[in-house]
Amino acid sequence: MSTTTGTPPAAGDTTAATLTSDEHGNIELGKLTLAAEVIGQGTVAPPAVAEYALWLGDDALVLAQNLGWWISRAPELEEDIAIGNIALDLIGHARSFLSYAGSASGRTEDEMAYFRGEEEYRSAQLFEQANGDFAHTIARNFIAGCFQHALYERLQGSHDETLAAIAAKSIKEVDYHVDHATQWVLRLAGGTAKSRRRLIVGFADVWPYVDELFRDEPLNDELAGVAVRQSTLRPAFDTRVAAVFAEAELEVPVGFTATGGGRVGKHHETLGPLLAEMQVLARQFPGAAW
Amino acid sequence: MLDAEMEVAVRRVWDIAATVTDPEIPVLTIEDLGVLRRVDVCGTAVTVTLTPTYSGCPAMDTMSVDVRRALATAGYNDVTVTLALAPAWTTDWISEQGKIKLNEYGIAPPTGHSARGTAGPVSLLLSVKCPRCSSLNTRELSRFGSTSCKALHECRECLEPFDYFKVL
Ligand SMILES: [Zn+2]
Repeated sequence: MSTTTGTPPAAGDTTAATLTSDEHGNIELGKLTLAAEVIGQGTVAPPAVAEYALWLGDDALVLAQNLGWWISRAPELEEDIAIGNIALDLIGHARSFLSYAGSASGRTEDEMAYFRGEEEYRSAQLFEQANGDFAHTIARNFIAGCFQHALYERLQGSHDETLAAIAAKSIKEVDYHVDHATQWVLRLAGGTAKSRRRLIVGFADVWPYVDELFRDEPLNDELAGVAVRQSTLRPAFDTRVAAVFAEAELEVPVGFTATGGGRVGKHHETLGPLLAEMQVLARQFPGAAW
Repeated sequence: MLDAEMEVAVRRVWDIAATVTDPEIPVLTIEDLGVLRRVDVCGTAVTVTLTPTYSGCPAMDTMSVDVRRALATAGYNDVTVTLALAPAWTTDWISEQGKIKLNEYGIAPPTGHSARGTAGPVSLLLSVKCPRCSSLNTRELSRFGSTSCKALHECRECLEPFDYFKVL
């Protein structure tokens, strides 16, 4: 991601000049140096913030990798393209979060993605759930999207400028992801008896992993005002799910609740093989570019 | 240097950077797209700030390299290209000229404005005009198209499919 070389002009340097583009594409000349609007590179995350960025980056990366398996296998060409684009957006979010997380320890986004072991990952287990059939994928994506949407909506107001910027950027794309999953939930639920049955099974299978998403961790106490307390996102999530389920005439599944533990490195059995496939090339040929 | 000279120096860099085009939509420059956000000149050091369209847009790396190459060709050797995430890019930043070029290229430009924070993108869909025959009798085939920024539509008059640059 980084293409930076050298250093930006120092603030207050009298020989510096700037040209910016305003919101309507007009051009404005001014003697400014780097303004607060320029966020993205060169900011070092405090350790606790880096840990939190890891949670969100790993959620996005793991889901993107899962979705990649649908490429060329989706039920129709348009879906192949839609899922590929959603995965690409998620990789973008992961790159931002992982670059920021890595800044605390001097590691690059690639080092974060390819050279951490399973127990160093911090994804929640919902994101690790296997694709299953298309209905399972839609059920998982719907839950993931509703959670990320509720989260980013609030994270835009974080006191940490970088987290707020990533959230504000990402939520615009997650809007489309939630819409995609919602349209398919309605279509599968209202389709044939078979599509409806498969969707219900899909939701039943992934629902045990919902609670983990909304569990507070000790890190939340350290990051008041910076991170969003997961438990406070549940009402927004429940409201959105209830509205879609009502329209689809679905019921919220009842059953067991998984123990979770993704935020402390305890993962679902699917994560190991997923990482092995994702990381093998980078590990076998360190420094390879493609 | 005098202020006026600095302004000229900055303008010169901006104009060179502004010639770089989107590798996937070559009729649009990064200025048309609103991706070129800022130019800073400090002595011989130049910093160009771009903002990504979509988070995962693979064209960003190419655009960064192309900006650097264009400036190197013009004799600027100390060039930094930075990516700024905030404020987040929106299709509202595509210039009027850019929208005309998009349409001529066969991609329907975004209709309406980004409305994050109110209703989301979905409830705001206006009629999309076919870039070939200008009919408004079109329909969406898929909200996700050949690249992140596009949706796939079809015209019910001339029966041709076309790309639509969706509102973000
Ligand atoms: Zn037409």
